[in-house]
Amino acid sequence: MSRANILRYLKQALVASLWLSFLTLPIMVIRVDTVEQTVTWRWMHLAYMAGGSFVLALIWYIMMERRDLSQAKRELETVERDSALMRFLSDPRFARPLMAFGLLVAVAFPWFFSLYQTNILISALIYVVLGLGLNITVGLAGLLDLGYVAFYAVGAYTYALLNHHFHLGFWAVLPLGAVMGAFFGILLGFPVLRLRGDYLAIVTLGFGQIVRLVLENWGSFSYGPSGISNIDRPGLFGISYSVEQATTYMYYIMVVLVLLTIFVTARLKDSRIGRAWLALREDEIACQAMGIDNTRAKLMAFSLGATLAALMGVVFAAKTTFINPASFTFMESAMILAIVVLGGMGSVLGVILGAFLLMLLPEYLRAFSEYRMLIFGATMVLVMVFRPEGLVRAKRKVYKINVEAAG
Amino acid sequence: MAQEMTNQNAAQAVQPVLSVRNVGMNFGGLRALSEVNLDVLPGEVVALIGPNGAGKTTFFNCITGIYTPSEGEVTAYPKNGKPKRINGMRTNLVCELGMARTFQNIRLFPSMTALENVMIGRHCRTKTGILGAVLRGPGTRREEQEVVDKSFEMLTKVGLEKLANEYSRNLPYGAQRRLEIARALATEPFLLLLDEPAAGMNPQETEELKQMVIRIREEFKVSVLLIEHDMKMVMSLSDRIYVMEYGRIISTGTPKEVSEDPQVIRAYLGEDSDA
Amino acid sequence: MEYFLQLFFGGLSRGSVYALIALGYTMVYGIIELINFAHGEIYMIGAFMGLIVAGLLTSLGWPALSVLAIALVISVLYSAAYGYTVEKIAYKPLRNAPRLAPLISAIGMSILLQNYIMLAQTPDFLPFPRLIPELAFMERFSNYLGTSDMFIIVTSFVVMVALTLFIKFTRMGKAMRATAQNRKMAMLVGVNVDQVISVTFIIGSSLAAVGGVLIGAHVGQINFAIGFLAGIKAFTAAVLGGIGSIPGAMLGGLVLGWAESFATGYISSDYEDVFAFLLLVVILIFRPAGLLGKQRAQKV
Repeated sequence: MSRANILRYLKQALVASLWLSFLTLPIMVIRVDTVEQTVTWRWMHLAYMAGGSFVLALIWYIMMERRDLSQAKRELETVERDSALMRFLSDPRFARPLMAFGLLVAVAFPWFFSLYQTNILISALIYVVLGLGLNITVGLAGLLDLGYVAFYAVGAYTYALLNHHFHLGFWAVLPLGAVMGAFFGILLGFPVLRLRGDYLAIVTLGFGQIVRLVLENWGSFSYGPSGISNIDRPGLFGISYSVEQATTYMYYIMVVLVLLTIFVTARLKDSRIGRAWLALREDEIACQAMGIDNTRAKLMAFSLGATLAALMGVVFAAKTTFINPASFTFMESAMILAIVVLGGMGSVLGVILGAFLLMLLPEYLRAFSEYRMLIFGATMVLVMVFRPEGLVRAKRKVYKINVEAAG
Repeated sequence: MAQEMTNQNAAQAVQPVLSVRNVGMNFGGLRALSEVNLDVLPGEVVALIGPNGAGKTTFFNCITGIYTPSEGEVTAYPKNGKPKRINGMRTNLVCELGMARTFQNIRLFPSMTALENVMIGRHCRTKTGILGAVLRGPGTRREEQEVVDKSFEMLTKVGLEKLANEYSRNLPYGAQRRLEIARALATEPFLLLLDEPAAGMNPQETEELKQMVIRIREEFKVSVLLIEHDMKMVMSLSDRIYVMEYGRIISTGTPKEVSEDPQVIRAYLGEDSDA
Repeated sequence: MEYFLQLFFGGLSRGSVYALIALGYTMVYGIIELINFAHGEIYMIGAFMGLIVAGLLTSLGWPALSVLAIALVISVLYSAAYGYTVEKIAYKPLRNAPRLAPLISAIGMSILLQNYIMLAQTPDFLPFPRLIPELAFMERFSNYLGTSDMFIIVTSFVVMVALTLFIKFTRMGKAMRATAQNRKMAMLVGVNVDQVISVTFIIGSSLAAVGGVLIGAHVGQINFAIGFLAGIKAFTAAVLGGIGSIPGAMLGGLVLGWAESFATGYISSDYEDVFAFLLLVVILIFRPAGLLGKQRAQKV
């Protein structure tokens, strides 16, 4: 980097920082109490803002130039190169042992860590499945579902209500929850799926809100905002066990469900159905012109995503033993979307990484946790601008061709 | 090469693979097509030419179900099936019936490999569902292998076998056009609809394309309806030509007949000489 | 009859604010085909700027009406600056990206702005100073039309007339219409498209800020989350009137305002928001082109 370049960056960053400081000045600095008619001035915030925005702007401009350069370069090159990390991860010689090691850690985890840690990990695993489910809808089929959490709610309330009224157990409701999810997916999906991308997003957002508002207001059905408590934990052949054992049990259930979900999505990704979803995402008109029934493909993606969400809803209700509509807000949907976007739309490995990053980092960096949603929002913007393919670029299968057979 | 075989008289005797009768298309007050009559006979290469904006692509969209014609009849005659009226039929069903198209402004699936693009064409000829894909039993595996083999074969036919695992967004322009043809062929059509396949190609590529279309027609016993602006290619490749201007067919016949038609000469050299 | 009039004017003032916000959605969509998800947040920021300025000036003992005027002006300026900046950060770098990219970026921006206000100000509701005085001559209508309602209706009306004149008669207005019709052509004939987009965001944000301050003063309290619901409802209004159409957004806002007002007044107020979302879903599914709009043929 030449000196002239550095100077230019510094100048740009200075201007940006001045502008942002000016922009945020009243809101960051002034705090009025309109009842007491007092005003608090918090000038230190301005200093933080100026310094912080200067550094961020500097990074922004440097990254922006790199982005434009690499875009220009990509147009000249036809062969795409993966990063060293990606090549490492996709090489079976390293990937296999790595996966085995990961599995070992996952199995041994509750023996070495506290109940608290295990609980956090269960939540993270739930988000892994939710992320993978939304990844089918958004990442593979390109249907931006902003009401995804509604299906999560369907599952949770299915278990909570059946448990509350009829004392049905976890294992009985788990498949039932999945069926309910698929059913609602098709029910809501059918009318909306002919809409174009951005309208679809808004309609699903609307549906998601309607579901939450109904749960809040229809007290005689859902017990309103106060929710349902004392939901049973998963049963184990009628044996009674302590909370600690229950958590460990729940943890292993989640590990199995995660593995199952990974298996299912990985297989679907490179199947006839997965290819149809991808084609749908890339170009709807060409997709249909090549003989794919768009509505069918969309419905499958939408309801499969919904099924996984509802499954997790059942698990969530059993894990927390208490649910209310406040767990199913738009922010929850946005969080799952952020996981998929950060991880890499369409990439299974990426979504798993994204879920762990976004769920575990705020847990372990306590100072961080207040800024959790702020960072989620910023992540979505930054990923879209600088790395739309996410952490891990989704890769397509390389087919080895048997030339003799193909003639 | 087969120009002498088919002429206007034969058109009445043989059953066509596609017959279009009095098709018209309105967009609001705009009349984009009117009274279009057109036939494609088995094994024929038919060209639809005309100045820009004449309505050629609109016509393609009308017969492939993307638009529903405002009036008239479009009938397809699949190889071993009954004649089928296809006005306003869903696009995917038109393709399933056996009419596959390419697009004027290439519409591939950019983040899928060349091979996968062709495999999409096999979709409507295969039937693995979600459950089958997840369980991947012997039936599914066999079908999948067949899809790969068939698709690779199609890639070989258009000379892209070496680029099978490349992302289609990275293919050179000419290769993308050929890939679209391979993708359409993979659906096992009886009629191939090519929308300006030679657009943007240099003379040598155009010549290769022409040879390729001739080969494909022979080998797959497929009829071809193409929109094209490259007159050299149209004249040497087509058995018959339809000329369209302002949404109407103004002339039809063998390349020789059409090129001598004063109406056509006026359309091309008169007010509109941009073709 | 009085009850009807009360609902009528209530709906009218509510609808005027929806219309003010809806204009921002519709103008941006008309020009870059993006649902500016962060627009509701700009409205919320407008309300907060109004609250801060008003609180500051009231504590200094300024008279209410002049406080209102100054709060409106500063809030409009700041919100415009926010809208401008949001576009530069979150949308401009994605001009040529796939269609979902800017939408996701917009959702991120919306979450970012909400949490920024929550962290920098407060998660709780803040009481908004009383800025609109009761006018004596309004007393005889007081059974069905409050002063603040009237104030909202009149201000919105003036602003919308000004906007219409701007779009119709100024050079920039013409450039905006041209860009909305065909961006490439507009660029070819020398319209500075980047500038047009910036101006669109600035105008849309200004209108939202007016709505924010008026609503704050009318309802009496605000918090960081008010932009979400207001944004969705205003978007509904924009779609209702046919997205991309400026008179459509105004009409859509009013229709939605009345529909809500009468439905809650005559049917039930429990499901007020459910009703708005239902309307959104139904309109998008059955009449995505809106009441006035025409279906456009898809380009192949």
